[in-house]
Amino acid sequence: MSLDPNSLIDEQKLNVNPENYSSDQEARWCPGCGDYSILAQMKKVLPQLGIPREKFVFVSGIGCSSRFPYYLNTYGVHGIHGRAPAIASGIKIANPDLSVFVITGDGDALSIGGNHFIHICRRNIDITVILFNNKIYGLTKGQYSPTSNKGMISKSSPYGTIENPFVPVEVALAAGATFVARTIDREPKHMVEMLTRAARHKGTSFVEVYQNCPIFNDGVYSELTDPKTKKDKLLIMEDGKPYIFGQDNNKALNWNCNNFEVMDVDANTDLDNLIKHEEHAGRAALEFMLVSMTINPDLPTPIGIFRDIKMDTYEDLLIKQINDVKALKGEGSLEQLFNSGNTWMVNGK
Amino acid sequence: MAKKNVQTLKSVTIRFAGDSGDGMQLTGSQFTNDTAILGYDLTTLPDYPAEIRAPAGTLFGVSGFQIQFSGQPVHTPGDSPDVLIAMNPAALKVNLKILKDNGIIIVNRDAFQARNLELAGYKSNPLEDESLTGFQVFPVDITTLTKEALKDSSLSVKEKDRAKNFFALGILYWLFTRSMDSTMEWIKQKFKNDPEYMDANIKALNAGYSYALSTELFATSFHVEKAQKKPGKYRNVTGNEALTLGLITAAKKADKELFLGSYPITPASEILHELSKYKNYNVKTFQAEDEIAGIGAAVGASYAGAFGATTTSGPGMALKTEFMGLAIILEIPLIIINVQRGGPSTGLPTKTEQADLLQAVYGRNGEAPMPVIAASSPADCFQTVFEAAQVAFKYTTPIIVLSDGYLANGSEPWWIPPIDSLPEIKVEYAKDPDSFKPYKRNPETLARMLALPGTPGLEHHVGGLEKNESGNVSYDSENHDLMIRLRAEKIKRINDFVKMPELVGPEKGDLLVVSWGSTYGVVRTAIEQLLDENKSVAGYHLRWINPLPKKLGEIIHNYKNVLVPEINLGQLIKILRSEYLVDAKGFNKVRGLPLNIKELRQAILDILKG
Repeated sequence: MSLDPNSLIDEQKLNVNPENYSSDQEARWCPGCGDYSILAQMKKVLPQLGIPREKFVFVSGIGCSSRFPYYLNTYGVHGIHGRAPAIASGIKIANPDLSVFVITGDGDALSIGGNHFIHICRRNIDITVILFNNKIYGLTKGQYSPTSNKGMISKSSPYGTIENPFVPVEVALAAGATFVARTIDREPKHMVEMLTRAARHKGTSFVEVYQNCPIFNDGVYSELTDPKTKKDKLLIMEDGKPYIFGQDNNKALNWNCNNFEVMDVDANTDLDNLIKHEEHAGRAALEFMLVSMTINPDLPTPIGIFRDIKMDTYEDLLIKQINDVKALKGEGSLEQLFNSGNTWMVNGK
Repeated sequence: MAKKNVQTLKSVTIRFAGDSGDGMQLTGSQFTNDTAILGYDLTTLPDYPAEIRAPAGTLFGVSGFQIQFSGQPVHTPGDSPDVLIAMNPAALKVNLKILKDNGIIIVNRDAFQARNLELAGYKSNPLEDESLTGFQVFPVDITTLTKEALKDSSLSVKEKDRAKNFFALGILYWLFTRSMDSTMEWIKQKFKNDPEYMDANIKALNAGYSYALSTELFATSFHVEKAQKKPGKYRNVTGNEALTLGLITAAKKADKELFLGSYPITPASEILHELSKYKNYNVKTFQAEDEIAGIGAAVGASYAGAFGATTTSGPGMALKTEFMGLAIILEIPLIIINVQRGGPSTGLPTKTEQADLLQAVYGRNGEAPMPVIAASSPADCFQTVFEAAQVAFKYTTPIIVLSDGYLANGSEPWWIPPIDSLPEIKVEYAKDPDSFKPYKRNPETLARMLALPGTPGLEHHVGGLEKNESGNVSYDSENHDLMIRLRAEKIKRINDFVKMPELVGPEKGDLLVVSWGSTYGVVRTAIEQLLDENKSVAGYHLRWINPLPKKLGEIIHNYKNVLVPEINLGQLIKILRSEYLVDAKGFNKVRGLPLNIKELRQAILDILKG
């Protein structure tokens, strides 16, 4: 997110206490919903960004996730289903000084709003998109979503889904988002780091948050959150470090013949010889290989930053173009406008 | 040099017709520019196929351009041409039925070969049989003569052939005793980087003129009288250009950046093209991924403090519908322009129609009152969108501006208003945190309090869920009933601000014609003619369809009969019948073309006869 240097000077204006970001509205998610954790972490992140509260705008679509803006006392727009990226784009382009977030869900972003989602990523408008992925339609009470695991039994798939799910991170990477990360509701510290990095990134940043729906899809991520399994099933990617995981940090990913394979490591393993995570490399082959582990039962599911690269933002290029045209043609005035084209005079008698 | 026998006329209608690759639109618009600069009043109607390059020689590939000009006010492009320029048999066949009796036909004889005749469905050559009896036919070997004129040019045969439209234009300039200076100037500018083309087009133009002069092709040439127009500066504009100018002007007068969110669609795309040229006028154009994102981004931009607008045509309106509902419940200023075309579905993309009126007024879920204003002529598009902007900000509401394919591509001289004569558009935003409530209303206009993101202390939420005055979500049934009534009442109060339309004709009588949108010119012309003939008829042309003029209910009952002409199967008439319980009659032709004056006159006369 862009920082306004002028507002940074005035420390008084910054609200550093997370509770300063609570609205007077009581959150109305179900007890135990993962959304509460995301809200709590967001309230910690916002005061740390050095941006005055009035410059934050949270835009959402429709669904459980999209109630989020009501529970923050920033500016908020609760839009229509799937269209938050469109509204947010207009806001950011009209006033690039604002710090704009999109809050969306798996159905909102990838089903009804799939088109807007890929195009916001492609344009690299400086907006932070947080997708709460619970792999289910919650607000409409339990239909399968575009990220539901194949075969899932739901209200609208009583015999199991026959559709292949999207992996949101994969879509964001393919669509060209310049910052792509994943985190999980039960890892608050990790989430704070991901949200902070995403918010500070200049360009479209995307964070998928694995979020448990205790009512309609309870336990969908239990392998990744249960202390008994998570060390083997969850891979935390860290920049410059090898991909180490497992109960006793006894496993690592090895890059072999354009594929990841799991190898055992111990105190004697030379970690320097292992492939290391590079957030800023922008190497598609590796990014997509990492994300493909998500649906591979033999490999751990990665969380962390898949991509963090620099690229001109849409609004910077737009402003530059406007300034270039102004330099070439001068600032347009109504006098000029009304005298342009083939004009002629009719004189009165 | 042959001496000219010059005949003076009051008004003339000319139709240029040929294959879509023959350059007829260009020829027509060049003749139009020249006509405008000479100070005539005029109206034009381009009429082209949906295919970019339809198969040559076919009936459906014919592209036409019609202009009516006169020293008197001109309201329509004319029912029946006095002069037809037909570049091939198909162009002749398609247009012959609308030509005036004893009208002039200039044809490119070279194109009347077996293949083309067959494509046009002619069994014998109409230039050689009796089928053109009753017209003045002037066959000219335009292709051969153009080639001959360009024999020294290094251009290819095909390229030389493309200059033949300027040969035809040269003939017309002689026929109407015109100077060719402005067109010469235009060619020089347009082809300044292509000297070969410049030279060829100038030679072809001169050759056409000289040919008409030296062969004494026509016994008579014509002079059209000029009369005094309202003094001031003029410029010829199409409806789409006028909308562009109006949007920029309104944004400037509101001291705002203009943000257009749009997706390409015929016949509205020119507004996007034009506006994207005006980057130095504080204009941001956003070519969105689809129609929905176009309006969505405009809603976002308006929320963030820009002058938000979106432009489209019928199918795009259908897609934008849900966002219009959001804009209505957000109560946010927004201009939504629908350049109507033939429907339903893809329909007739390049043709005109007025069949989106009920969609504009009613086409949303829930009680979603939307102001609707319609432009009446190409130049009027400027004032229409400006007025819409004034209302959008004063009443914090989205507004639909209706234009159509005829207004979009048709042109007429626009009297350029002095800049100071246009009012500033005041926009107020809340500043004081103590008194701020997002849905607190101005007691007069019922406009809600807007606050811009970025303003300290005014952080609040808006959204599609029903809200109470303080901006919190409310499921309270009484509050919902109240908010629905307030939103409806607010739109009614727009009548406190806008002017009522002018009644043309007597205040009481046998027949009132109520019309809206682009039929203005045709209806006005018919009514003026009938008033001259002392018929008991009056006309009331609506500008705002929602809200309807306050006094319309009173006016409408002062006449024995009410006729509503529309280019649809009767949409305004449904609204009038339900609002005023009036037994109005319709006059409806849905041919993708403007209404025909003669036919409308007849419909009026039939009612007057009883």
